Amino acid sequence: MVVRVHRMSTPTIEVSDLRKAYGEVKAVDGVSFEVQSGEFFGILGPNGAGKTTTLEMIEGLREPDSGRIAVLGESPWPRNPKLLPRIGVQLQASAFFERLTAREQIRTFASLYGVSAKRADEWLAIVGLEEMGSLPHEKLSGGQQQRLSIACALAHDPDVVFLDEPTSGLDPQARRNLWDVLRDINQQGRTVVLTTHYLDEAESLCDRVAIMDHGQILQSGPPAVLVRELDAPTRIAIESGTISLDAARALADGAEIDDDGVSLTFATRQPAPILAALAERDALRGLSVRGATLEDVFLNLTGREYRA
Amino acid sequence: MTSFVSLSKAMALGFVRDKTATFFTILFPLMFLSVFGALFKDSGVSKTDVLQVGSVAVLDQIPADARGDLEQVLKITKTDDLAAALEKVRAGDSAAAVEQQGGKVIVHFSAADQVKAATVRGIMESIVQQGNLTMAGVTTPALTLSAEPVEDKSMKAIQYMTPGLLGWAIASGATFGAALTLVSWRQKKILRRLRLSPVSVGSIVTARVGVSIGIALLQSAIFIGVALLPAFGLQLSSYWWAFIPIMVAGTLAFLSIGLLAGAVSKTPEAASAIANLIVLPMAFLSGSFFPLDNAPGWLRTLSNFLPLKHLVTSMQDVMVRGQSPTATLPAIGILLGFTVVVTGAAAMLFKWDDV
Ligand SMILES: Nc1ncnc2c1ncn2[C@@H]1O[C@H](COP(=O)(O)OP(=O)(O)O)[C@@H](O)[C@H]1O
Ligand SMILES: [Mg+2]
Repeated sequence: MVVRVHRMSTPTIEVSDLRKAYGEVKAVDGVSFEVQSGEFFGILGPNGAGKTTTLEMIEGLREPDSGRIAVLGESPWPRNPKLLPRIGVQLQASAFFERLTAREQIRTFASLYGVSAKRADEWLAIVGLEEMGSLPHEKLSGGQQQRLSIACALAHDPDVVFLDEPTSGLDPQARRNLWDVLRDINQQGRTVVLTTHYLDEAESLCDRVAIMDHGQILQSGPPAVLVRELDAPTRIAIESGTISLDAARALADGAEIDDDGVSLTFATRQPAPILAALAERDALRGLSVRGATLEDVFLNLTGREYRA
Repeated sequence: MTSFVSLSKAMALGFVRDKTATFFTILFPLMFLSVFGALFKDSGVSKTDVLQVGSVAVLDQIPADARGDLEQVLKITKTDDLAAALEKVRAGDSAAAVEQQGGKVIVHFSAADQVKAATVRGIMESIVQQGNLTMAGVTTPALTLSAEPVEDKSMKAIQYMTPGLLGWAIASGATFGAALTLVSWRQKKILRRLRLSPVSVGSIVTARVGVSIGIALLQSAIFIGVALLPAFGLQLSSYWWAFIPIMVAGTLAFLSIGLLAGAVSKTPEAASAIANLIVLPMAFLSGSFFPLDNAPGWLRTLSNFLPLKHLVTSMQDVMVRGQSPTATLPAIGILLGFTVVVTGAAAMLFKWDDV
């Protein structure tokens, strides 16, 4: 089966040296990456980084100034009807027909792909909106609208799914519910490309992330690897005044120590002995231990704090 | 095909659930019909009110068949109170009061409404002359004058108003429907979403065409149904159904205007302003609200360049003037030609999204 071998070796998405400028603004400035079949790929970056522009060029909604894109071996621009049934897209701003109920929305979208009303209704149930089916879409909560929008993007069972900031604006509970839905989608074998400005979201969901800023990808890889490669110190904090600064220096040789009057913080690459010593002295009041996160990776890459 | 059906359904549901749209498309024109119907009641051939004071031999002796003719133009009411009759004439409630004193027939009229006064004078003069001839023994006069209104006798206001207002209703329904669907679907990102699905622009436009034709049929059914009520008294000619093809052609023409307005507008507000600027003046200039018979020549020439004029005139031709269906063919041709040109322009300016 030559075809199969060929398929497996070809990435699902290939982007090379993609560029798009709006006047002076270089929205996307030489982006290259690949996404393998079945992968959960994240594009992470603050607002205005160029995530939406990148994603919409891959979807075929915007024309690149230059660069090459192949999705499932096809070029998405100009509008490619061969590709369209195989991709599912949730736009950053949800798009719903006016004055239709949730069920009518998904049935309409499904039928555009020749998918039956029955299958559409099943999708409504999968995202937990069965009971909301007869509500007009504007009566749904933010999280429910996002889930409906995702169901509408998936009703035709696409191979590749694009989600543009699916959880932005949702409360923490709704975000976590949606994460479960997204994990399921990926576990069923679909390739998922997601953009987000939430570091924790990228860390929790993605097999691989590309960190983007000012139209460029600064670094990419599995979140855990990016963090580990950073080789950043672990931060141990206890309540200020629990032990004196001198005592702290004595028990933590080589650690960077800082007391801001609220917390006493040790930054160290060997947290274990410090924790043991603190426990021994019963000085664990207000203890928090924080390893490096993608936030530190971003800080390290850009020299500035991450602000979504 | 399934996408055509489901898009049509989505548009139709969006329309029937939109209170504003249904009001302006269906109820608003009906309100116009009622208001104008009351305002111009019988203004097609308006009768002149005349009071007859006491006995007036020339009027009383008119034979029955001639009397019928006379009553097409004059409405004669008998009274015995001269003072009250004169007061009514002065107040403008009646055009004239007629009395006879011996051999003299006196017509009292007010100079306020000269047209009506002249009508009564003219008619009374001819009646008096007729009486003189009869008395002189001339029973078969060499010449007689018979006055007939130009339109057929049943051309009351409701007759031209129904096709006129219906034409306007269809024109604005189609224009607004297309313009607002296009703009709000673009603004609400539905067009971008549809662009990501395998539907063609053709399916989207065809769905809009189907829905608009359906709405136009609904408007026609309701409109004609209401106008046929005894209170309005519309009388349809035998080929009235021939308005359907012309109505379809008109719907297409105004859809194309709406598509063009929608293609150049960014917001629904802009689209509806543009649509209003096009449709409303056109309705006045095309004789939708009142006939252009008394309009200056240049205006009537100008109106021939307006699609609504052709729609309205040819709907009147078959619905109330009794013309044959083939009479609408030139207008259908003009409207379809218009559609092709304007749709072409709209297609060139079409944008899936604002990005
Ligand atoms: N249609 C557009 N016209 C002008 N500027 C744009 C347009 N789309 C994006 N930009 C600019 O490009 C940059 C990247 O935007 P975007 O891709 O939306 O970022 P993100 O999705 O990461 O927030 C921003 O500076 C934005 O203002
Ligand atoms: Mg964005």
